[in-house]
Amino acid sequence: MKQLSSNSETTTPAVDVVREQMLEAIKGSLGDALIDSHIKPGDDLWIRVRTDSWRTSVQKLRDVHSFDYFGFLSAIDWMPSPYGRGEDDPTEPAPERDMTIRSGYAGGDTRMQVFIRIVNSTTHFGLTVKVDVADSSPSVESLITIFAGANWHERETHEMFGIDFVGHNDLRNMYLPVDFEGHPLRKDFPLLARMVKPWPGIVDVEPLPGGDEPELAAQDSKGGDA
Amino acid sequence: MTMLGDRQQLSYIASQAADARLNLELETEGMTLNIGPQHPATHGTLRIIARLDGEQVVWAEPACGYMHRGYEKLTEVRTFPQVTTLVNRIDWLGSFANEVPFILAAEKLMGVEAPTRAQYIRTILFELSRIANVSLFLGDLGVQLGAITPVFLAFRDREYVLNLIESATGGRFHPNFDRIGGLKDDLPAGWIDETRAVMKKLRNFCDQIEDLLFGNEIFQSRTRGIGVIPRDVALQYGLSGANLRASGVDWDLRRDQTLPMMWNKADWKVWTHPDGDSFARCWIRLQETRESTKIVDQLLGSIPSGPVMAKVPKIIKVPEGEAWVSTENPLGEMGYYVVSRGDLGPFRVKIRSASFNNISITPWLLRGVYVPDIVTILASLYFILGDIDR
Repeated sequence: MKQLSSNSETTTPAVDVVREQMLEAIKGSLGDALIDSHIKPGDDLWIRVRTDSWRTSVQKLRDVHSFDYFGFLSAIDWMPSPYGRGEDDPTEPAPERDMTIRSGYAGGDTRMQVFIRIVNSTTHFGLTVKVDVADSSPSVESLITIFAGANWHERETHEMFGIDFVGHNDLRNMYLPVDFEGHPLRKDFPLLARMVKPWPGIVDVEPLPGGDEPELAAQDSKGGDA
Repeated sequence: MTMLGDRQQLSYIASQAADARLNLELETEGMTLNIGPQHPATHGTLRIIARLDGEQVVWAEPACGYMHRGYEKLTEVRTFPQVTTLVNRIDWLGSFANEVPFILAAEKLMGVEAPTRAQYIRTILFELSRIANVSLFLGDLGVQLGAITPVFLAFRDREYVLNLIESATGGRFHPNFDRIGGLKDDLPAGWIDETRAVMKKLRNFCDQIEDLLFGNEIFQSRTRGIGVIPRDVALQYGLSGANLRASGVDWDLRRDQTLPMMWNKADWKVWTHPDGDSFARCWIRLQETRESTKIVDQLLGSIPSGPVMAKVPKIIKVPEGEAWVSTENPLGEMGYYVVSRGDLGPFRVKIRSASFNNISITPWLLRGVYVPDIVTILASLYFILGDIDR
């Protein structure tokens, strides 16, 4: 997506030469630390690196390939939510759900992944780097010595996903009270507002004037927060 | 023990010793100062905890979370069209601009593109929300330095822009106007002429602010050389928008990436400043407001006729995939990393908001400054609390 400005028109090439070349160059410098990659032609590049070489890989990407701009750091919990989209009727037994964990682009072997977005500030070429975190004790090395801006992002990710960042010595909560239990952005953390009261969308299904699809009523309802 | 030759360690010890001497002579004692959560300089409820030695800050840290609304979690239980209601409330002064990157990410995953007319109107409304947002900043800047007049001018002239946004979208602050595949509605009759007149007024407003504020000696001495952010620090903290360009980085996402928007159809300039101080950041924003009025003026003349909505199914299911789209919002780079599982709603949305990165630099930046400069520096970094806490 972050293309050179010369690449202006919207025609999507079948083979993305710029990204293929960049991927080859990255393969050369990272060696076997790079596990998997994914290219969407004309759009974006994803790579996945080994957990034990997370910090050194990002360091190489910054120093060798000049990805010097820190976009953001966050995590994804790939487990499907056991609560679905919070639209179950609490008086009924919970429906059966497919709980197989499937990873996204560039694959993954664990339930949770940490990912960052870094950009080259002169060519404006950006990429997403993913890393697996172990299921039992989720932790990765901290990037704070490479990008000082990772500080708050790692604190936020620690708080929301319960992932430890080795080398970050100030993982205080940013948002939640000190004694808060649980990690809200994990999929198995229930959204209580949806648990205590059934989502009005499932009751308010009434046909719109002139429309015969009852789902529309649920789609168009404009709620506030929660 | 200190290794001989470890210069950093030695200079640290020297500075500690200097501090100790200073304390002895002046008999100062450390003091903790709380600024906020309710403080006019904090645009919401940000609390700054500053440890002072006399008038000087030795350590400062913002405490966030007074307004955390959990939007990333909430998106997981909403459908794609419903998410725009949430993201409107992230940066509440430039709401329309928040909707655009999310809608573009969803459109990218679905492989649809809005009709050209819709893209023009989107770009115009995007720039109008930038003008509404930044003009308030320019007025508010004066208040925080003790000048009362600019804020009245700002509120007066911002009202014209808000009226335009209201007459086109129906909402002054939360338009919720962008749809996957286009826009909710076409422009009302007479809107284009009205907008042209307002853009003239806004350029006039920029001139007034430049005369009143930027030429003011007090303003200059309060902001020049204060809160300097060098280029490499700005990059590694992920600063964006005017804060990055004020540190000499020539990078504007409107110009430097290809999106189905119409910025490249207008002739405008990306301003940078080499100084990286508070003055540079404010000055860049002033110039950007001018450029925005130019963009709007030029695009108004070339809106093609046609539909404003592409053909999309009534019930929107977004195919499986991941997409990252970010745009140059009034506060800086605002982006959404959207993961879809082919469902009615997103699987995960990471909201990358500009103010979160922009404010994360404050512990570094506020060290060593004087108490009155805290307010100037925070004002010049320009953040909206909803954009930090999400």
